[in-house]
Amino acid sequence: MWTALQRRFRDGSSSPREYGTAMSLGLVAPLLLLLLIAFVYPVGRLLWNSIFAPDATLVHYGRIIEEPLYLLVLWRTLEIAFVVTVLAFLLGYPVAYAMARMSGRRAMLVAACVLVPLWTSALVRSYAWIVILQRNGIVNDLLEEAGLIETPLRLLYTKGAVILAMTHVLLPFMILPIYSILRNIPDELAKAARNLGASAPQAFLRITLPLSLPGAAAGTLMTFILALGFYITPALVGGPRTLMMSTLMAQQTTELLDWPFAGALSAVLLASTLLLVVLYRRALSFNKGFKIG
Amino acid sequence: MHGASVSLRELGKSYGPVPAVERLAIDIRPGEFLSLLGPSGSGKTTLLMMVAGFERPDTGAIWIGDRNITQVAPNRRDIGMVFQRYALFPHMTVAENVAFPLRMRGFPKTRISQSVAEALSLVQLEGLEKRLPAQLSGGQQQRVAVARALVFEPAVLLMDEPLGALDKKLREQMQIEIKRLQQSLGITVIYVTHDQEEALTMSDRIAVLRDGYLEQVGSPADLYDAPATAFVADFIGKMNFLDGICRKLGADCLEVDLGRSGTIILPQQPVASAPPLQQGQRVRLAVRPERMKLDRHDDRKISGVIEAVIFAGASHTFLIRLAGGEIIHVQTQATHGGSLPQEGDRIGFVIPDDAVHVFPQAEC
Repeated sequence: MWTALQRRFRDGSSSPREYGTAMSLGLVAPLLLLLLIAFVYPVGRLLWNSIFAPDATLVHYGRIIEEPLYLLVLWRTLEIAFVVTVLAFLLGYPVAYAMARMSGRRAMLVAACVLVPLWTSALVRSYAWIVILQRNGIVNDLLEEAGLIETPLRLLYTKGAVILAMTHVLLPFMILPIYSILRNIPDELAKAARNLGASAPQAFLRITLPLSLPGAAAGTLMTFILALGFYITPALVGGPRTLMMSTLMAQQTTELLDWPFAGALSAVLLASTLLLVVLYRRALSFNKGFKIG
Repeated sequence: MHGASVSLRELGKSYGPVPAVERLAIDIRPGEFLSLLGPSGSGKTTLLMMVAGFERPDTGAIWIGDRNITQVAPNRRDIGMVFQRYALFPHMTVAENVAFPLRMRGFPKTRISQSVAEALSLVQLEGLEKRLPAQLSGGQQQRVAVARALVFEPAVLLMDEPLGALDKKLREQMQIEIKRLQQSLGITVIYVTHDQEEALTMSDRIAVLRDGYLEQVGSPADLYDAPATAFVADFIGKMNFLDGICRKLGADCLEVDLGRSGTIILPQQPVASAPPLQQGQRVRLAVRPERMKLDRHDDRKISGVIEAVIFAGASHTFLIRLAGGEIIHVQTQATHGGSLPQEGDRIGFVIPDDAVHVFPQAEC
């Protein structure tokens, strides 16, 4: 059954010969139920409140548009998510490429370097960044000892710190999908390109890179969406000066108890995310129509 | 296009302490179809990868025509190559795949489309230009790979077990087509295979490799009729082997003691044994099944008991167990009428003197 499921998942085909409707529904039902209870209901409730609390009103949405701070936070969130995605791609692709080309002990070592952070709590990793970046942290100490600066730099609670820490935390989500695609591209293809007259960079740009785009698309999309709603790291490393949508929403719900307004904020974030995902997928429709291998 | 000569000069390559190719030298003539034949791990693919430029030889040199390409990058060698699993670019159409080497060489667009059309008609794939490789059958993919490897008119074509993935019937058809294409273009082909029948069918010459060493290079008939080593004798075609000890060495006369199975007397020094044989030396005799003749009356020759008779249309094969326990295959033309020897019959056989190859058993 497992291999049949895998095959179906891979082919994206729905062959009615493999499972009947009832069986298929039975297989998805538990997860569906969990999602309904733990995700759809609370989110729906939140969004509902943003329009119907106390009566049908758009006043909460009006506040977002009228108050420049909220639009600024939305814009900053999109900007940081975008920069983090680009940085994670630029840093992650070479790592994924190297991993795909290694074998044996070295590959395991690099894979461990990618996976161990993933298994470590984001909270721990964010605190680690605080230790590194704070006023008397490692970076400032080093710079002072080297005589490059007189007084400690303000590193923590800046946009740069948020971008740095978030890129680090989200990097595995970029590396792993790209790696899994790259590993499935036969080695012979790049060799064939070289044999047919392509230089090494040409072979990469015309063969390996285009074939790895589905992985890059998955990695960038996942990183971008995670970054848009990321809470722990921006809250700890960014502080009040680098407010992002998630921190703003947390304030509204836990400190100000303004649930309808938090609902409106999340609706705006959700809508912008969906819009961007749709646009992105449309732009990436080039990866359809071929299979690797 | 015209084929170029390829000269492999004392090539050596090892991975760690294990030699993959050892001091290997072959001179391939322009327009020749040379097969590299050997079991897996014999170094034939390593050798091909060195010619293509994907492996760097530790020692020796590779020349194409009058050009030393040992240090030349793979993309500057101008050698066509058909990979084992075709290595077609899955995101490009048939036409784009075939155009790839021309685009890499910066040819003008009109010239490219003309050459692509010519190459595709050469392999009879007109009309499939816009298909993606995944939409083609195995045989069609194979043809695209050949077209792509030939479109830039290389003087040398490398083929790495190109027919391994095809079924038997299609494979035989492609063998003929590839051979025809090679002859009409006059291109030099180096063809890697582990299938001796394929090598015998297609090649002008065959180089038999074993553990990185060149065992013998020669025409299919040379290898079949005059194998240089017991390994070649065993690898090419069917062969009976009998182990024995040299007993008497006359001027030209030689007696081989096969132990309990009897003795064989050879009136002259066999061709294959280049170093003269010593008294008491262990030797291995090799005789093709079709060169042996059954003989019901002559009881002076060695004899055995028929274990099985295999009918294969045009011929019969008799499996005969000798007194020493060896099983010998004797193949005869199927005859009509007359009684055939049966299972369990005791029977002798005659071996023509020139059918016996003698190999010294230094390696045993």
